[in-house]
Amino acid sequence: MDEKPQGCARITGAVLGEERAEAPPVTQPVQGKGKEERMTARVGGKAPDFTAPAYHRGAFTNVQLSKSFGKWILLCFYPGDFTFV
Amino acid sequence: MSAVADKYKQLQQLGVEVFSVSVDSHFVHKMWNDHELTKMVDGGVPFHMLSDQAGNIGRAYGVYDEGQGIELRGRFIIDPDGVIQAMEVLTPPVGRKFAETVRQIQAFQLVRASKGTEATPAGWEPGEAVLKPGPDLVGNVWKVWKPHE
Repeated sequence: MDEKPQGCARITGAVLGEERAEAPPVTQPVQGKGKEERMTARVGGKAPDFTAPAYHRGAFTNVQLSKSFGKWILLCFYPGDFTFV
Repeated sequence: MSAVADKYKQLQQLGVEVFSVSVDSHFVHKMWNDHELTKMVDGGVPFHMLSDQAGNIGRAYGVYDEGQGIELRGRFIIDPDGVIQAMEVLTPPVGRKFAETVRQIQAFQLVRASKGTEATPAGWEPGEAVLKPGPDLVGNVWKVWKPHE
């Protein structure tokens, strides 16, 4: 979870191990796979690795999921900030 | 997410790292934390709030809604080997129940600690009897476990 300088570019999360036409991956791909073999989450399968900019206790950081492998992880998606549920 | 933030200590005790993800920027995450969530949870959100503005991560996890440009309520429990043990996906208007997530984590941790020799029956809660799958249990589950109520 490295601290990174914050520019004004619209940076976003990137799945690792997936070849992309635009936007270079933030870190080295974990494995070189074609688009047709793109990772999809399923129970019993490996969690797709990714990097993403994050906010954590007053700081902006960059998170790579696989850096937390070795621990249990709870990954929660939600529709949006300032929504009601 | 405030519900998870509120009970974060419980997850820490179980050794669980928490990541939340939405299509909002990390700048908006900061504003949401500073202006609303800190009023709901002492000290604000204790875990990393990730930004997935292009929906790349959401697509890989099957929770990105292309039509709305948002991520559905997807919850994934990932074990120390990086394997997804559980997932639950809800459409936006219904929230998750935190206690069920904790129960599932405790069950998966028990199974892992037993190296797969134990399994938890339906509705299992920590402290209750577990099943030990093997030749002797075949056809005999009724002797050790019944679906009460």
